[in-house]
Parts: sequence; C-alpha cells; structure tokens
Amino acid sequence: MSRPVAIRLAQLCKRYPGADGLAVDHLDLEIPTGEIVALVGPSGCGKTTTLKMINRLIEPTSGTIEIHGRPAGALPVHELRRGIGYVIQQTGLFPHKTVAGNIATVPRLLGWDKARTRERVEELVDLVGLERQMLDRYPSALSGGQQQRVGVARALAADPPILLMDEPYSAVDPIVRARLQDELLDLQRRVHKTIVLVTHDVDEAIKLGDRVVILNVGGRIEQAAPPAELLASPASPFVADFLGEERGLKRLALLRVRDITPGTGPVADVGDPADVARALMAEHRVDWFGVREHGRLLGWRWGSSLDGTVQAEGVQPFRAVVTPDSTLRSALDGIVGSLTNVAVVVDEDGAYRGMLRIDEISEGVRD
Amino acid sequence: MFANGPDSFIWWDWVDRNTDKIWARTIEHLQLTGSSVAIGFVIAMAMAMISLRWRRAYGPLAAVAGGLYSIPSLALFGFLVPITGLGFRTAQIALVSYTLLILLRNIVAGIDAVPASVIEAANGMGYEPWRRFIAVDLRLATPAIVGGLRVATVTVIGLVTVAALVGSGGYGTFIEDGLSRARGFSTPIVVGGALSIAMAVLFDAAFVLLQRAVTPWARRGAAGGAHP
Repeated sequence: MSRPVAIRLAQLCKRYPGADGLAVDHLDLEIPTGEIVALVGPSGCGKTTTLKMINRLIEPTSGTIEIHGRPAGALPVHELRRGIGYVIQQTGLFPHKTVAGNIATVPRLLGWDKARTRERVEELVDLVGLERQMLDRYPSALSGGQQQRVGVARALAADPPILLMDEPYSAVDPIVRARLQDELLDLQRRVHKTIVLVTHDVDEAIKLGDRVVILNVGGRIEQAAPPAELLASPASPFVADFLGEERGLKRLALLRVRDITPGTGPVADVGDPADVARALMAEHRVDWFGVREHGRLLGWRWGSSLDGTVQAEGVQPFRAVVTPDSTLRSALDGIVGSLTNVAVVVDEDGAYRGMLRIDEISEGVRD
Repeated sequence: MFANGPDSFIWWDWVDRNTDKIWARTIEHLQLTGSSVAIGFVIAMAMAMISLRWRRAYGPLAAVAGGLYSIPSLALFGFLVPITGLGFRTAQIALVSYTLLILLRNIVAGIDAVPASVIEAANGMGYEPWRRFIAVDLRLATPAIVGGLRVATVTVIGLVTVAALVGSGGYGTFIEDGLSRARGFSTPIVVGGALSIAMAVLFDAAFVLLQRAVTPWARRGAAGGAHP
C-alpha cells in the first residue's frame, strides 16, 4: 500500500550563476508521508541543493515543488519554513539563547502564548532525551550530541509534519552518531514525520532511510528504492560501487529474525528418555542437543554425556540468543563464534521459538 | 604635607569656591560626549547597514571614516571654526567624525562574525529578514558594538577637553583657564585633567559591566561547564 505523497518534486532544476552544468538536473521524486527518505551521493551530486529547495532556502531554476499538494511558492516563504522543521550539520543553535529559548524559536515566531510554549518545550526536551535542568543552559555548555538533540527538538517545536535534515550527524563522533541515529528511529516511531535526510554516508542512509535515493554528480537520480532492495539489486555499477563492500552483510543488518522461519532444532525436554535425544541428534546430524524445561531452553550438552534420561544439570549456555527483533547480522555474528553453529530464537518473554543455522539465513537473504 | 595656597599644586579653597562651576562643566562634558557618541552611533549604524547591503560600499565608507579619524583634532577644530563658528556645534561635528571609524568597524565586524550556520538556521526556521537582523545578527553583534561604543566614548571624553578651545565648555575650560593665567596657578589644570581622566575611567568600567550584562551566554558561571 503506498502512502499519500507529502512532497513531490517534478522536473526540478537548479543552475547556479556562473556554473557550467546543472547542480540538479530534471529531478523527479515523490516523498511519501511519514517516511524517512535519505538523499545520498558524492559531493556535487546536488543532494543539499535539492533539500534546500524544499524549504526555499534555494530557489529552483525551473520545475515544481508541491508540499501536501500545494505549490511551495503558494505561501510567503517564512510561513512555509515555519511549517517545515529544519536540522543542520553544525546545529546552528543560537548561542545567545538558552536551550529553552532555542527550542521555543518557531512557537515564538508563530506567536504562541508563554504557557503553551513552555509546556511544549518541556515535552520536547523529554522526547529527545535531554534533562529538564538543561533548559536554562546556553548551547556552549552542551556536548555535540546534546546540541544535536536540541537542534532536533527545535525543529520539532511547532509539530511540523515535515522535517528536513542536512547532514545532521556528520559533526559528531561515530559513537555519538550511532546513538543519535538510533534515537531518531525511535523518535520516528512515535512522531511519524515525513523526513528528508541528506547524508554523504551510505551506511547512515541505509540505516535510517525507509527509502534511499542515490544521486550522482550533476544532480541525477541513479536509483531510488528501499534499502534492502537497493542492496539486493543495485541498478547500475555506480550504485553498486557506492553501496560499497559487503552488500550481503549490509542486507543482513536490515533483515530481522522475524523475517525468516527458524528451524525446530535438536531440542529434548528434561526427563525425556536418552533415545529421544539420540534420535533428534541423528535427524539434525549433530552431536549435541538442547535441553528444554517448561518451554525455556536451559542450554545444550554433548550427546556423549547422555545417560538414562535428559537431565538439566550441567548444561552449557548457548552463546547466541536472539529475539525476533534482532537483525540477521547479529544472529550470524553469534553463529560464527559458537560451538553449536546455531542462534537460539526466543520471544520477548524468553520462551523458546526455534534455532537459526547459516543455511536458513542464506535462504532468507536469497528471497 | 602639601601647602594649601594659590601656589600649591592644588589649592583646595579654589575647588571649594568653584563647586558650582565644576558641576556645570561636568554636565557640559557629559552632554558633549553623550550627544557626539549618540549621533556618531546613528551615522555609523546607517553606514554599516549600507555596507552590509552593498559590500562594495564598505571600502569607500571605511576610507572616509578613516580619513576623518586621521585628521589631528586641533587641525580639524581650526578648519571648522571659520565655517561653523565657535561653540558646541563645531565641537560636536569634530567629535562625531572621530567616532565613525571605530563604530563602523565594530558594527560590521560584529555582524560579519555571526556564524553562517546560525544565519542559515534562522532563515530555515522562518524568521522574516528584518526580524532575523534584529533578533539574531544584531543581537549576536552586540558585544562587538558595545566594545566599539566603549572605545569611542573614552576617546571622545579625552577629546572634549581639547574641544574647549572652540568654546564648547567641559573640563577643558578649566585647563584653558589655568594655562591663560599668570604662571604658577596649576589648580584648574589639575582639576580639569583629573576629572576628565576620572570620567574616562568611570565610563570604561561602566561599559565593561554593560558588555558583561548583554552577553549572559559568554559568562563562565552561566555556562555551567561542559557536559559530555
């Protein structure tokens, strides 16, 4: 089911004065409501120009931009921009305003009363994971990651349906960046904005984008597709090259354990006769078996230790335990280091769901 | 102890007898300083706006302000008296012209120093251009502008003393008075000089405090230290 279009770019062109070629060349793009669309490409591909044409920080040379069905030029430019959240690389926080003052920027421009603004500011500080005691601090007292969170809170202040993000995480270190990316995904699950994100980091685009648009120098779209599709079938050598090494592993990072069906695994219950366990090992062609009690997998033991009935004592814990939410990449990571060559799947309550082997993961990726 | 009489370095009886005059000269000094800096600020602000709107105008405007600044004050007074006569107005014209370079440079430099990312964010948030200029550009340039006012004011307080030559009043009148009397009567010179210096120091300190008050974000205590 396709969602309604939030932003439609049609035959959009930008030529900078004095430049030989076009920065953006007859770009057609539809951005569905409530999705994160990542524009990615090498420098000079026009990704930032395209983004800034949406809130008219840059005026197009030709072509049209529609936002929720209305031409972007229909409103006075400052009114258009107040309805579109904007997050930039160096945060662009106002150094002379406190955190609260920064977040309150657009509500103040819109003339909200003090009580409503204050309430909204506090709500946002909670939403982006900052502490309220930071409200009265100035940006210079915050870390890079905190500043970026304030930047996001400021962009969301008037609850705009659309958020534009221009390389939002390129100025923070990789650890903070990964955390901020996770926070954005978590935030998006709650706020459901239409987000257009520009990045030069293809892994960031793959991680964050519901759709990834790969642009080439001269402002042309090479491919626009959901990340898994992009990785599975790059449309051109340029795209394949841009996606980089280890496309298979990158796809595994996008697929979840729930996307594939785990096997049953050689699992016997405590108290089963030894023959049951032996039959399971023969069936699965392994020399170990899992031990289950009350629906939970306690661990595993070597077949050579069988004596009488299946006992709970002395089992070894499985190295790889994943949930349906885990990525196939983390499942694979667990498998390659384990003695049993499986990842155990348990649900959120810890109940046993099945086992994943490398063949099942390969099969899932092939589909 | 110092002897206290007409021949001493400072004759306190004279000071006692002339408190009214001292007060009147103080008012004159303040008026001439305040009005010159205020007029200079308005003109410099207009020049700065023109320079920011049309960058090519900055060079010529700064050159004019620099040219005026380089004219020795005595020469400028001498040049103006035949045109505008003796008095307050003549002094004011000269003093205003001395403030322009300092103020113009500080205003333009202050606004130029506003980070591009802040300007872009402000535009992207939906500030109208005039509103952004006042609430963001000018606000962030305030420390530099106040710094310019500080230097201009302290400079003008000193120059007002010289301006007494064209009959504009102020502490310079005492100095002139002392110089024109029979040799040895230093009291008016000392009083005029000391008060002028005191006023300059006082204003300098006041501007330092003002500068701190208008930049709460730069105060170390308010920053609360870095939070990783």
